[in-house]
Amino acid sequence: MSTTEAPVPVANPRSSFFLRLPVVSHVRQSVGLQRGMLIMGLVLTAVFLLTALLAPFIAPFGFAQLSDGDGNFPAQQPPGGKHPLGTTVGGYDVLSRVMWGTQTALLVIIIAVVLSIFAGVILGLVSGYIGGWLDRILVVVADAIYAFPSLLLAIVMAIVISGGQSSLFGGVMAAAISITVVFIPQYFRVIRAETIRLKAEPFVESAKVVGASNLRIITRHIYRNATRTLPLIFTLNASEAILTLAALGFLGFGIEPSSASEWGFDLSKALADTTSGIWWTGVFPGLAIVWVVLGLTLVGESINDLNDPRLRGRKRANRKAPAASPAANAAPGPDTESSNP
Amino acid sequence: MTENLDTPSGNGAPGTKTVLGIDHLEVTFATDSGDVHAVKDVSLELKAGEVLAIVGESGSGKTVTAKTILGLLPETATSSGAVLINGTNIISLSPARLRQIRGRDVAMVFQEPSTALNPVFTVGWQIAEGIRAHSGQGGGKRVSAKEAKERAIDALRKVGIPDPEHRVNYYPHQFSGGQKQRVVIAAALALNPGLIVADEPTTALDVTVQAEILELLRDLRGQYGTSIVLITHNMGVVADLADRVVVMYRGDIVEEAPARKLFAEPRQEYTRQLLAAVPHLGRNSASEGLTERRHQGGEVLVEAKDLTIEYPGRLGTPAFKAVDGVSFTLSRGEVFGLVGESGSGKTTIGRAIAGLNRTTGGSLKVLGYEMLDLRERTFKPLRKDIGFVFQDPAASFNPQLTIGECIAEPMVIHTRPSEAQARKRVGELLESVQLPASYAGRYPHELSGGQRQRASLARALSLNPRLLIADEPTSALDVSVQAKVLELFRDIQEEFGFGCLFISHDLAVVDILSTWVGVLYKGKLVEQGIGSQVMGSPQHDYTRRLIASLPVPDPDEQARRREESRALLGL
Repeated sequence: MSTTEAPVPVANPRSSFFLRLPVVSHVRQSVGLQRGMLIMGLVLTAVFLLTALLAPFIAPFGFAQLSDGDGNFPAQQPPGGKHPLGTTVGGYDVLSRVMWGTQTALLVIIIAVVLSIFAGVILGLVSGYIGGWLDRILVVVADAIYAFPSLLLAIVMAIVISGGQSSLFGGVMAAAISITVVFIPQYFRVIRAETIRLKAEPFVESAKVVGASNLRIITRHIYRNATRTLPLIFTLNASEAILTLAALGFLGFGIEPSSASEWGFDLSKALADTTSGIWWTGVFPGLAIVWVVLGLTLVGESINDLNDPRLRGRKRANRKAPAASPAANAAPGPDTESSNP
Repeated sequence: MTENLDTPSGNGAPGTKTVLGIDHLEVTFATDSGDVHAVKDVSLELKAGEVLAIVGESGSGKTVTAKTILGLLPETATSSGAVLINGTNIISLSPARLRQIRGRDVAMVFQEPSTALNPVFTVGWQIAEGIRAHSGQGGGKRVSAKEAKERAIDALRKVGIPDPEHRVNYYPHQFSGGQKQRVVIAAALALNPGLIVADEPTTALDVTVQAEILELLRDLRGQYGTSIVLITHNMGVVADLADRVVVMYRGDIVEEAPARKLFAEPRQEYTRQLLAAVPHLGRNSASEGLTERRHQGGEVLVEAKDLTIEYPGRLGTPAFKAVDGVSFTLSRGEVFGLVGESGSGKTTIGRAIAGLNRTTGGSLKVLGYEMLDLRERTFKPLRKDIGFVFQDPAASFNPQLTIGECIAEPMVIHTRPSEAQARKRVGELLESVQLPASYAGRYPHELSGGQRQRASLARALSLNPRLLIADEPTSALDVSVQAKVLELFRDIQEEFGFGCLFISHDLAVVDILSTWVGVLYKGKLVEQGIGSQVMGSPQHDYTRRLIASLPVPDPDEQARRREESRALLGL
């Protein structure tokens, strides 16, 4: 068995920092369909991010703009002319709302992930390393929260934070905090499981033998090894965050159209339009949600597959390869180096 | 296929019929770091009733060659050349045809019997599965479930499982390790294949069990004329069983010769080095000519009195006594070799001395500190006097830190040197374990196994410890690397003069290093004494059995030892 074990993919820490970044190294590793999926996800995500950053410059109107120099916008105008994607019943420009919506989505992702990642990672490390009753209590709490429907939690949060007023801050925080509460157990579980695995590794024991303190073992030896899977959970959670935000908005706990643009709210308002044949008010915010979620999920799933040597596709070995290539510990061959996305 | 093999065909004398022919086999793997040519150009032939051993170190391509014989290569592999089993080329076969041949013409015995058997089915079912899968093929009649079970019972009887009618309904966990390997062999034999490929069949087993399995394989050849391809890295096993030996190195065949000839007069330089590196019990003993225990005047570093270590049992089951009333002392400058099979408690003792396990009874004094009431805070100052070398050098380094950082870790914790001081000391340490000082900047995975174990030794020595615990430091290494590491270990021990507890399952390795040897059996220290005396004239029954079971890398001597051990074990 010894000779055929799949080589563990250790990113060479000596290669340049840029090439070792999670997503960049994954693109370099991938081939074929997996690379196609990853790159498609990256392109979708990049378009989303760029739109969010550049919304003030590329959106034709403000998100709450109802009129310009020529007077009020017409209501429910079909796509075309001054309003490429039409206008809503309230007279908002659909294209502008879709573009400004990316900012709200990005904000929710960032706040939700930042709030949950620190708490989740710290709790996971401590709980996994120390174990005992602390670990048991934290696991029970995490499981209990896990069982709680996140949308219900989000609604409660929305009411608590904004008292029913749907400001930008209130809406975004409500979505972000409710997601945070659900995400902390996710990060907690992943990091805890990794910590428990690493705790039994000889390199942690060897640190114990030389007398390293618990804090030093956690921070220096376990932390960096335990957080390798975070980019994966991050991308998958980000798409979940967007879905929760949209669901909140759809149910009416979102953000008022005058404070920010939010796709879920627009979708909910478009509900009445569909029966009268007005499709553009619903389709475009919906497509935007699908776009972002698809992009993030593709990136996340591809990274997941690429991290697992058994799922990762490789180029077939050449039947007539030069026999000079050295054995097992050889330097990277020429064919894996040529990465042209 | 079945009739001609049920009748004994000769008494193991290799026939003239060729069972297996490999012709210019090449196997290439696609990996993350480009193509790897695992097997470059291998041609060999196996006659009926012959045992062919393929030996080599890790990465030599021996396992890949074996897997090719059964068409078990993963999808990432590309192979060319020909593997002929009874005239059929395996490489070009369709999966369906390949399935027909597997089990019927060729079967495989895997390294780890516990993972080769499915835990949720009875062993009888698993053996019968192979029989039923092949029934009704090629115009043969179908085999009923009852008949298949009877044949499974037959197969179990053949491999010497007592009371097979009853035990055919047992689950794998109800068998011991050696019996499980017998069951795996029974499953391989169920269809009477003319050829068995055994991939390290005894590596996961203890020496005494290994001897039984080797005996069984020899019987199979003798009684049923089965040809065996034996893949192993253990030269003792080769000497015990093989008729002919193929030595592989980096995907190529280096040398091919009858076993006796290969051991007596190896032609190739590589083979000579390989054989010279194999530890041979009774040669190169550290305690040669000693009549009394050395270093007794020195400071006593470890003193165990009726030491007992228990692992708590699960709910309702009593605690498991891993170490049971063990008493010994270890003085400064002395190398104490602790020998035992798996589960004997040897590692537990080592870990208890390092404070990784708690003791539960008796007394264990380490550097004067009573470990029974171990508190990390009070024990920490003593930790700088204890070095620990772990079994698996790959896993005992933090993959995110450089070798230099890893070696400096004990200093950073205890003496807080400046960066320049630390770098200088790391350089010295690396030099003393014969590694270039520039290796400090490398990451663990950039070093080979032997280099990593040297670095591990350097880390253990970084604070000049008085006591070093080495837990199977060479068992994850290839023999040639092991020989070099052992030599280095011996030199360094003489230079630094620390006391050392050397834990190993390999008697020959322990004998090379340690002057005083203790033999553990089921948690009890059954014998201790001067190494050469324990190995030469063992007093305890178990020690005698252990030593008799150890195959030595010399076919003639091994044949003689085999007779002796048969007499001893009452076979």
